[in-house]
Amino acid sequence: MIQLTNVHKKFQLNGSEIVAVDDVTVAIKEGEIFGIIGYSGAGKSTLIRLLNGLEQPTSGSIMIHGQEMTTLSGSGLRNARQKISMIFQHFNLLWSRTVEENIAFPLEIAGVKKSERKRKVKELIDLVGLTGREKSYPAQLSGGQKQRVGIARALANDPEVLLCDEATSALDPETTNAILDLLTDINERLGLTIVLITHEMHVIRKICHRVAVMEAGKVVEMGNVLDVFQSPQADITKRFISQVTDTADTDAAIAHLRDEAPQGKLVKLAFIGERTEQPVLAELIRKFPIDVNIVQGNISTTRDGAYGTLVLQLVGDVAVIEEAVAFLHSNEVKTEVLMND
Amino acid sequence: MIEQWFPNVNWEKMWTATGETLYMSAYSTFFTFVFGIALGLLLFLTSPGQLWANKITHVFTGAFVNIFRSIPFIILIILLIPLTNIMFGSMRGPNAALPALIIGAAPFYGRMVLIALQEIDKGVIEAARSMGARTSTIIFKVLLPESMPALVSGITVTSIALVGYTAMAGVIGAGGLGTLAYLEGFQRSREDVTLMATILVLIIVFIIQFIGDLLVKRLDKR
Repeated sequence: MIQLTNVHKKFQLNGSEIVAVDDVTVAIKEGEIFGIIGYSGAGKSTLIRLLNGLEQPTSGSIMIHGQEMTTLSGSGLRNARQKISMIFQHFNLLWSRTVEENIAFPLEIAGVKKSERKRKVKELIDLVGLTGREKSYPAQLSGGQKQRVGIARALANDPEVLLCDEATSALDPETTNAILDLLTDINERLGLTIVLITHEMHVIRKICHRVAVMEAGKVVEMGNVLDVFQSPQADITKRFISQVTDTADTDAAIAHLRDEAPQGKLVKLAFIGERTEQPVLAELIRKFPIDVNIVQGNISTTRDGAYGTLVLQLVGDVAVIEEAVAFLHSNEVKTEVLMND
Repeated sequence: MIEQWFPNVNWEKMWTATGETLYMSAYSTFFTFVFGIALGLLLFLTSPGQLWANKITHVFTGAFVNIFRSIPFIILIILLIPLTNIMFGSMRGPNAALPALIIGAAPFYGRMVLIALQEIDKGVIEAARSMGARTSTIIFKVLLPESMPALVSGITVTSIALVGYTAMAGVIGAGGLGTLAYLEGFQRSREDVTLMATILVLIIVFIIQFIGDLLVKRLDKR
């Protein structure tokens, strides 16, 4: 439903050329939540702005619902934008307008009648959970509430696509989760396609169906979120995944162990999907006469299932440890040896 | 007691002059507001990266603003005598001062408008564009409302400067408190007339500042 084909975007800056988006080809399905992750400067902000024509590509094709966006201009582009709405990192609300006036703004742009505007605004305020705050000004709201206004405003003209530009990056973790839940709810209830960009793997893990990883203007990896978690290919993807699986404590715990008790084998196990729910570890301990010391463990849930990591120290007869690792393999648990004695 | 302190003040003349000063200040403030916003918007929208980004128009408007902002007001009045004669068929009376007042103040205020517009968060304009707003909607529903407190405090300052300019316009016989203070007070050595005219100008300035501050406070929801 959204098809980007060989999209390039170049900027001229002080005489030198900057390639913000470099030959990107992506297909986004109707009704899915598609995440684009990258560090700042990776070109993701430019990419998302190509989708609603805030930026025009240097070359390439952008089809949305069978409509070529790159050829649109004037009223054609303005009408298309009413169906591809956007929310922002810094909310971008009009401070001079109340909550309900902010939400009514896109309806005014679309030329909706006043009585109809009123009805729609009320419905949207209920949808995003802002009942009672209609007459407040943005300055009187918290960050999470402001983003709720942003979301209500974006939904006003019944869009087909919602673009989220780092929509949770300015919010605290708890508020981030509440906003992500709201986006998931909207996605399921309204069947809206959501494209979001972020630098937080947590956001991708929690709500996205599929993810594209961007680095230096290129999409370096793309796939279902769980698959990407399971077997990341690019180094940058591995770094992003370690954002949610490794805590800062993990490295410290391993380093500590190396110094204090450097015996046995240190292995990192990765469990995917159903494996996370089965007692593989209990079986391991029962079957093999070795000591198992749990160093660190973590489970991340994605939309399509869970992904867990476990760091174990195995102490005992070397041959038995090898057998134990082979047993884990046969149970479809991926292992990685971090340290041998 | 007032009769004792201001023995030479002809109150009828004084009120007429006050009325003339108010008339000139009010009209010139109104037109300065309109033309200044137009100039400021043009400067803003034609600047690089904006909706009407256009180097030639931007440089041309900027030059126009700078030239008329730099001409000393007293010289501007004299330069504009022919124009005023065409417009009003006369060089006397409060109306004759208006072209010079407006042409002198509008570019000055235009610069203030530009600064006010530049203070608006770029993201808000981008948000309006992303909703499919046309440029006129962005101007009237985003740019002007979002910068309104700065526009009002700017016109307050400009309006007070205009009260001062109206006094100078006395040299071309525009009337008002400035003319009265100069002709009746200074030239006839009646200091009490000059003092009274000054007091009235001060009161006008204080009232303008008070109204301006009140409006800004009401408008600013940040």
